[in-house]
Amino acid sequence: MSDSDFTSGQLVSFWRGMLRIRLFEQAALYQSSIGKIYGALHSCEGQESCCVGVCSALEKGDYAASTHRGHGHTLAMGARMDRMMAELFGRVDGYCRGKGGSLHIADLGVGMLGANGIVGAGYAIAAGAALNAKVTKNGRVAVVFFGDGAITRGTFHEVMNMASLWKLPLLLVCENNEYAQYMHWSDTMVFDNIAGLARNYHMEGVQLDGNDVRAVHTTVRNAAQRARAGDGPTLIELKTQRFHGHSSGDPQLYRSKSSVEELRRTRDPIARLEAELVALGLLANRDALLAEVEAEVAQAIAFAEASPYPADVEVGQHVYA
Amino acid sequence: MSTHETPSPAALRQAPQGGARKLGSGPAFSHESAFQGEAKVREITFRDAIREALAEEMERQPSMIIIGEDILPGGGTFGIHQGFGTRFPGRMFEAPISEAAIIGTALGAALTGGPAVAEIMYSDFLTVCMDEIVNQAAKIRYMTGGQARVPLVIRTPCGMTKGIAAQHSQSLEAWFAHVPGLRVVMPSTPADAKGLLKFALRGEDPVIFLEHKLLYGTKGPVPEDADLLVPFGSAAVVRAGSDLSIVATGLMVSRALEAAARLEQAGISAEVIDPRTVSPIDWETIFASVDKTGRALIVNEATLVCSVASEIAATIAEKRFNSLDGPVRRIGSPFVPKPSTPGLEKLAYPSIDEIFSTAREMMPRKRALV
Repeated sequence: MSDSDFTSGQLVSFWRGMLRIRLFEQAALYQSSIGKIYGALHSCEGQESCCVGVCSALEKGDYAASTHRGHGHTLAMGARMDRMMAELFGRVDGYCRGKGGSLHIADLGVGMLGANGIVGAGYAIAAGAALNAKVTKNGRVAVVFFGDGAITRGTFHEVMNMASLWKLPLLLVCENNEYAQYMHWSDTMVFDNIAGLARNYHMEGVQLDGNDVRAVHTTVRNAAQRARAGDGPTLIELKTQRFHGHSSGDPQLYRSKSSVEELRRTRDPIARLEAELVALGLLANRDALLAEVEAEVAQAIAFAEASPYPADVEVGQHVYA
Repeated sequence: MSTHETPSPAALRQAPQGGARKLGSGPAFSHESAFQGEAKVREITFRDAIREALAEEMERQPSMIIIGEDILPGGGTFGIHQGFGTRFPGRMFEAPISEAAIIGTALGAALTGGPAVAEIMYSDFLTVCMDEIVNQAAKIRYMTGGQARVPLVIRTPCGMTKGIAAQHSQSLEAWFAHVPGLRVVMPSTPADAKGLLKFALRGEDPVIFLEHKLLYGTKGPVPEDADLLVPFGSAAVVRAGSDLSIVATGLMVSRALEAAARLEQAGISAEVIDPRTVSPIDWETIFASVDKTGRALIVNEATLVCSVASEIAATIAEKRFNSLDGPVRRIGSPFVPKPSTPGLEKLAYPSIDEIFSTAREMMPRKRALV
């Protein structure tokens, strides 16, 4: 498909999907700041177009393996906001009954195989889902999300080779936000073109502006089509940025406040699409849509607060089948 | 377990098999069908028993796959998968030397289908994929609040063999038994190898399946039974005795049996118990034996420090202190890497002599001098 093939309904749903992630992340950080959320959070604010652009291009039944910055992917894969918030609150109605928390949130029912506390662990898990798709010929594809910081893990090399060798229906999506925790990529890496690495693995490699949700969607849809047709994996590098620090406790001493403000002003994927939609006259009901999402977030918080903590007996449950 | 009716350990415990057992000459079958008299029993090797288990389950479960290095040419380093390439096309994945990706990929396949079997050429190489085993496979069911099922079996040859030394000879079962979420299996006979592996392949928990290299060529009776299953957590009393309980794992079961035969000549009746799985451990069978004999000697091939033998000894001391007539003793490998040269290599593993002399020391002097 080409970039011009979007319906107005799709474009508005991209905007709405990104807004849901942003407001969820903002609410989660606030709830964390007032002590309602126990563990650390890794906000994906600023990267919403990657989550929505990729996941909206998948089919029902496809798989995604995520990172420590996984809320946006989980929402975009179709998880319920209230059960996600309950998970962050550590409550029994959370997707993982409070046992996974933000770092391990997963909804296998929508193919979301899990956020992951280990950088670089998702590659092979997603490759395995793709391998199962290949063996059972179920027509599914698997996506692995990872950051630029995960490129230096050995598992990247191992899975790039294996996925290409076995022509797995796998999409390797690098959200390049330029920072690995507190380090700028240039402090620890010599690769200035991640997508370009694909060539040596005999794999398609695409680099694009991750803030352009339409381009992300189109690229992923085309790569998924190739994967489903048996033409193998694609490495997709999305140039993006995070508006927050690494985690909720990061004072961001490695970059200036003004540089972050500049990013918010000039590199906001939601504002970018919104401007286009307004110009096209597609957001006449913006305030009503915004209110809907705000209400969903408020309901999610109420749901989480109303849900009990798991009973003590649960500490020993779900270790084994 | 949700997919298996697991009998209680007490129900599984068979009456002790009378008499000593020759090296590799047969298990105490725990599966009822072994006693039904209808199943034909053949003498086959440990290697063939594993091959049979894999092949039967590949036939039975169409989404089962096998991933490993060198598994197609010649059937693998230890010849397990001979003929599988043509027999199961599209389901055998010849992997590059990428152990982390092998386990991670098998895990992803297990999460979405499975069962998935990963063969790691030597158990020492498990250290190269510890994240995938310890942080991912072991924990994903718990981390997801029970959403995930993990029909993943990691088969790997372990333990001593001639001269290949420090990086190809280790017994690392304690590393994995320490991790909640993993099952750790150590068969010592062909029948147990087959029954335990088939049980693993019908379950939904990640399993570390440790096959001792020196056992591959040993033979034993294995019933022809498509449902030969040995449940986890069911120890085998492989030799009945009354004076002393020897709990031994893996290759050490055969050494304990040889020591027990010598002890018998010295007037000491040793009971030998093979836990068969070290996670979970069948405490009931071990405790019942210790309650009867009053003495416990635990033998494993692994480095003794922080070993499964240490765990078993500590648990007996803690839970069965009142049954004991003397201190629990442990035997394991000394705290050194494995050397290559034969003279030193021999010193780096537990021996039959050591088991025999330790057992004799444990008995009251008048008995030992008989």
